[in-house]
Amino acid sequence: MEPILFTLFGAIAVGGALLVVTRKNPMSAALSLIMSLFAVAALFVLRQAHFLAAIQVIVYAGAVVVLFIFVIMLINVPENRLPIEKPTVYRLLGVVAAGLLMIEGGLASRNFSAPATAVGEVGSVEAVGHALFTDYLFAFEVTSVLLLAAVVGATVLAKKKI
Amino acid sequence: MEQLTALIIQKVPALAVAPWAVTLLLIGIVAFIILQFAMVFAGFGTYLERKIAADIQGRIGPNRVGPIGLLQFLADGIKLILKEDIIPTAADNHLFRMAPYLIFTGSFAAFVVVPFGFSLIAADLNIGIYYVMAVTSLVSIGVLLAGWASNNKWSMLGGMRAAAQIVSYEIPVGMALIPAVLIAGSLSTQDIIRSQGGLLGIFGWNLFHNPFSFFSFFLYMVAALAETNRTPFDIPEAESELVSGYNTEYSGIRFGFFFMAEYADVFVVSALATACFLGGWQIPFFNAASLPPVWANLLSLGVFMAKALALVCVIIWIRWTLPRLRVDQLMRMSWKYMVPLTFFNFLGVSLWVLVFKGKGIPQMIASIFG
Repeated sequence: MEPILFTLFGAIAVGGALLVVTRKNPMSAALSLIMSLFAVAALFVLRQAHFLAAIQVIVYAGAVVVLFIFVIMLINVPENRLPIEKPTVYRLLGVVAAGLLMIEGGLASRNFSAPATAVGEVGSVEAVGHALFTDYLFAFEVTSVLLLAAVVGATVLAKKKI
Repeated sequence: MEQLTALIIQKVPALAVAPWAVTLLLIGIVAFIILQFAMVFAGFGTYLERKIAADIQGRIGPNRVGPIGLLQFLADGIKLILKEDIIPTAADNHLFRMAPYLIFTGSFAAFVVVPFGFSLIAADLNIGIYYVMAVTSLVSIGVLLAGWASNNKWSMLGGMRAAAQIVSYEIPVGMALIPAVLIAGSLSTQDIIRSQGGLLGIFGWNLFHNPFSFFSFFLYMVAALAETNRTPFDIPEAESELVSGYNTEYSGIRFGFFFMAEYADVFVVSALATACFLGGWQIPFFNAASLPPVWANLLSLGVFMAKALALVCVIIWIRWTLPRLRVDQLMRMSWKYMVPLTFFNFLGVSLWVLVFKGKGIPQMIASIFG
């Protein structure tokens, strides 16, 4: 059962990611991104990492992409006024780079075996909490300062008079 | 689910060739039952809403279809199904069709972790509360899409207001539920209810555990009311300014989906408040585990539904007695009052659990008297 589900959700994740870069309509692209993110969350669930899956959905699908959609709605460019992008050298380079990345990934995964830790030891609430407040405590606290700086910066930029 | 599969295979050995098929079938059956429950509850909810509204406004309310108008919801449902399904020419066809389903899926998926009884739960996930917060984020995406795809100024404004409101109030909702999680030491809804058992009866509830959890219950109800987009927080569909907000252009059964999602939301909010603060399915002064399983489940189901439906009535009552907030008042309330208050409560409960080793005030009083 698990290999079938893995293939299914993996295919949805990759397909969604491809749609994000190929769709012309920004709203469709954002929705494809949501589809891809949900499929990745499902992959987390297959590895018993329920907590990571929930975080994935709350933070990315629930907050980040909602903000994307918000911006798309506010700008609201009609379909016939979307810029027409011509194929350039850089696009070609991008495709070549993506192909190289895929080959590298394929080669790397050949000598990659299933993780040694037991299933459920990585993504559970307890495991994430423990890792966050012991090994990665400093990084965790510094990240909060970073987020605070971002909030203050956004407020300063957006408000004319503080 | 795995235990049930194992049990069935044990009873009927012929099924052992395809255990995954049995699991799949079981999941299908459970999903079907819960879907039916959500549908019937939506119908029952509209009836209750109209009756309570009528009582408050000194009217009689629906009384023609069936005894005391009880079958009104069937008539309404048939009307919605038979109505023409209009899709505006200016609307984005695919997104317009998809939005109601997204909203309904988001609301309905939360039923998976609603603990109906002693062992009546679709899946006792160990991230229970968190799972609800995750799947309900689909609702905000659906509302935004419904508003945008309609290609109408009222709908778009309604959709944007709704999304801003849901995203802002998600924080106080999550923070207000944390006291229950801290006291139980688990995110699973069943574990939270089990921690409220014991011989203290209703004083074992998290509501009376300590002053902070007492206030958290009320903060949760206010914030959750805002997340369901109901009056006094229904500015996304404020009919005096926005016609009907994000669902203006919808008709027929697609509009019905919005309706069902709203009542599913109301029930999930009441069920979560019951589970986290009001003792869930705990039968007062009884240990459900000591009863025979059938009785334990039936009794606990009755207790749970009674509490949850009482909260549903309170939510409806609030809708018909309070005026609507303004959009800036709503945002100010979330960010300037609800968020700091829930944070304060969160810290208070953490300290309480740490200092008193998780004991509540009723337990301490009980231990004084032996």
